[in-house]
Amino acid sequence: MKEEIIIAGFGGQGVLSMGKILAYAGLMNDLEVTWMPSYGPEQRGGTANVTVILSDKAISSPVLDTYDIAVVLNQQSLDKFESKVKPGGVLIYDSYGIHRAPERNDITVYRIDAMDACLEMKNSKIYNMIVLGALLKAKNMVPLDAVMAGLKKTLPERHHHLLPLNHEAITKGMSLVEV
Amino acid sequence: MKGNEVIAHAAIRYGVDGYFGYPITPQSEVLETLEELMPWETTGMVVLQAESEVASINMVYGGASTGKAVMTSSSSPGVSLMQEGLSYIAAGELPVLVVNVMRGGPGLGTIQPSQADYFQATKGGGHGDYHYIVLAPATVQEMADFVGLGFDLAFKYRTPAMLLADGIVGQMMEKVVLPPFRPRRTPEQIAEQCPWAVTGHAERRGHPNVLTTLELDSAKMEVNNERFQKTYREIEENEVRYEEYYTEDAEYLMVAFGSIARICLKAIEDARAQGLKIGLIRPITLWPFPTKVLREKAENLKGILTVELNAGQMIEDVRLAVEGKVPVYHYGRMGGIVPNPQEVLDAFYKDFPAAKI
Amino acid sequence: MTPEEIKRPENQVSSKPRLLNDNHMHYCPGCSHGVVHKLVAEVLDEMGLADNAIGVAPVGCAVFAYNYIDIDWIEAAHGRAPAVATAAKRLNPDTMVFTYQGDGDLAAIGTAETIHAANRGENITIIFINNAIYGMTGGQMAPTTLEGQKTATTPYGRRIDLNGYPIKISDLLAQLDGTCYVTRQSVQNAASVRKAKSAIRKAFENSMAGRGTSIVEVVSTCNTGWKMSPEKANVWMEENMFAKYPLGDLKDTTKK
Repeated sequence: MKEEIIIAGFGGQGVLSMGKILAYAGLMNDLEVTWMPSYGPEQRGGTANVTVILSDKAISSPVLDTYDIAVVLNQQSLDKFESKVKPGGVLIYDSYGIHRAPERNDITVYRIDAMDACLEMKNSKIYNMIVLGALLKAKNMVPLDAVMAGLKKTLPERHHHLLPLNHEAITKGMSLVEV
Repeated sequence: MKGNEVIAHAAIRYGVDGYFGYPITPQSEVLETLEELMPWETTGMVVLQAESEVASINMVYGGASTGKAVMTSSSSPGVSLMQEGLSYIAAGELPVLVVNVMRGGPGLGTIQPSQADYFQATKGGGHGDYHYIVLAPATVQEMADFVGLGFDLAFKYRTPAMLLADGIVGQMMEKVVLPPFRPRRTPEQIAEQCPWAVTGHAERRGHPNVLTTLELDSAKMEVNNERFQKTYREIEENEVRYEEYYTEDAEYLMVAFGSIARICLKAIEDARAQGLKIGLIRPITLWPFPTKVLREKAENLKGILTVELNAGQMIEDVRLAVEGKVPVYHYGRMGGIVPNPQEVLDAFYKDFPAAKI
Repeated sequence: MTPEEIKRPENQVSSKPRLLNDNHMHYCPGCSHGVVHKLVAEVLDEMGLADNAIGVAPVGCAVFAYNYIDIDWIEAAHGRAPAVATAAKRLNPDTMVFTYQGDGDLAAIGTAETIHAANRGENITIIFINNAIYGMTGGQMAPTTLEGQKTATTPYGRRIDLNGYPIKISDLLAQLDGTCYVTRQSVQNAASVRKAKSAIRKAFENSMAGRGTSIVEVVSTCNTGWKMSPEKANVWMEENMFAKYPLGDLKDTTKK
């Protein structure tokens, strides 16, 4: 098993931390993982992306040119990464702010309305967890309890009371995808 | 854990006595993590944010002079500021660890990954004839392991060691097993391990210890230099480290260090799948350089490609090693651009069209 | 008295401090360094610190301080003594750590290290020899060179419009919250030597008690660099240097 994933969007959307939780979940599930962010000023405002690799064997390159799964959360990211999904791969995008929909038909495309769901839940901070839920539904790489364990690991203890809310957000995200 | 954070954890666990540093992207997490972990409350390790890299490296010089295990970390522009101090540390035969998480230059450059400090790290960098041991980690695990290895070698040979990482391995996270905790050395252990140390205890020792790099008598200064060179030859003899992949039947080789070696490995695996007999040598010690193995391999090779995040620096050492027996070409990206495996492979076929299957 | 009688211990009125060794000093006759070395050696011995002291030598005339006082020393790069001392003290908090620096080392190339060590309140003593000239390199302008003073690089006298003002670095350091004791002394006669010695003692006591950074500036002569006889240099110092660098305590937080 090997999944090469790119998650891309605006800085502040929680792209990096979503990748981190996924990586930790892989770790909890005894997988080899790498988490390679774009870093620097891009963290605030500009585009941010993170490459996460989950594998049952040792991982060579943490830098990739094509991906099994792309999760794109703004137009620039969609433009940049649509062509880089391997044939037969998966593309997940949030319809919010997208004016040109994906065009490829050799991959599975999931449109999710995560921003709308987020507004519905009246909490902008759980946006990335909704997206993560959608990702896990689209491709069942790690079980939900491993994700929750990963989340527990990345959240500082003073925020552990937010775990149920995050669980709810992930579940909500899962409901956005019909497989 | 991020590679940079791992450095901090590994340092505490190794029993490092002091860290002195100044923030600079992309390695500020080292100091940040240390300040967060507050090791002065547990192991007694001193952590200090200095006013500059110039001050940091001189604090390291001062701390190491007293026999303590001390370190600093920085990134390229900051390491340039440290070159004078590194020359003094090498001349003072002081065991220290310096971490350089390289970013693109020259000048203020970019904060994105680079390997453009290869020359600076392996050829000296400051004034005078000196070397220090340079370890190039390719994984977060090696970031952890090389802190201890760097100190072990530094104390074994009384020479500085540098952990030369790039922004990729500093910023990325992957699985890591941290080394076990070791207690810091006691003053008695330091006095025994480092009889030269300036501990302040001149009387109980029976004579003062003076740590100086000044010797105006040329005859004596030449003797000092000869002693440094003898140590360097010993290190070259005993401490070369490298890793090889798919080299047994290889007709072509890639040579790359740090995280770029992993990108090459993926390219090589893809090429092998197409039937190309290609392997990889990853130097782990950049100084001393794995000259001997490359010289031996050159006999049976059709070509070598070095892949670096610079304009071609390590390639000079590769060419010196193979002594013209085989063509050696370079593929490099600069300015913070990291090539992906496909780009590496494309570059290889461009230089070696005959290899195309 | 015969020479033998003179040499008898009971007839001795002054002696070389125990920690000062027999190496020939390279300092010029008339230089203030020798006197200050003697005071440092005496105070260390009197305080019982001979086996618990680290000196940090500068680059400049005092670069060889380690050849004369028999304690442990570190020779620092030019200007970096306070950074070197910072780490030596933090890693060996029970040890007396002091730097011994000239005006170029402390107030030109090493200004940043000096100010930040003092501002952090490092528990070290900085002994600062201010002779308003670069002695070691052959008499060039120092940051503390007086207006109009001739040096190898100000052959027609220091001009404010070209070279800026002589820096009163101790006054600056006295402003910092990290310093507990900043004093300006001299060693041109017996009375001033006695005062300088008690200032050094007070500074060392502060360092051992962890009260913050102590600075003892010693306004000094460089008769060779000034191109004067030692005697004339003393007079010139009193008439010119003391006006710009008046003696006395600039700060003493230990006074109640």
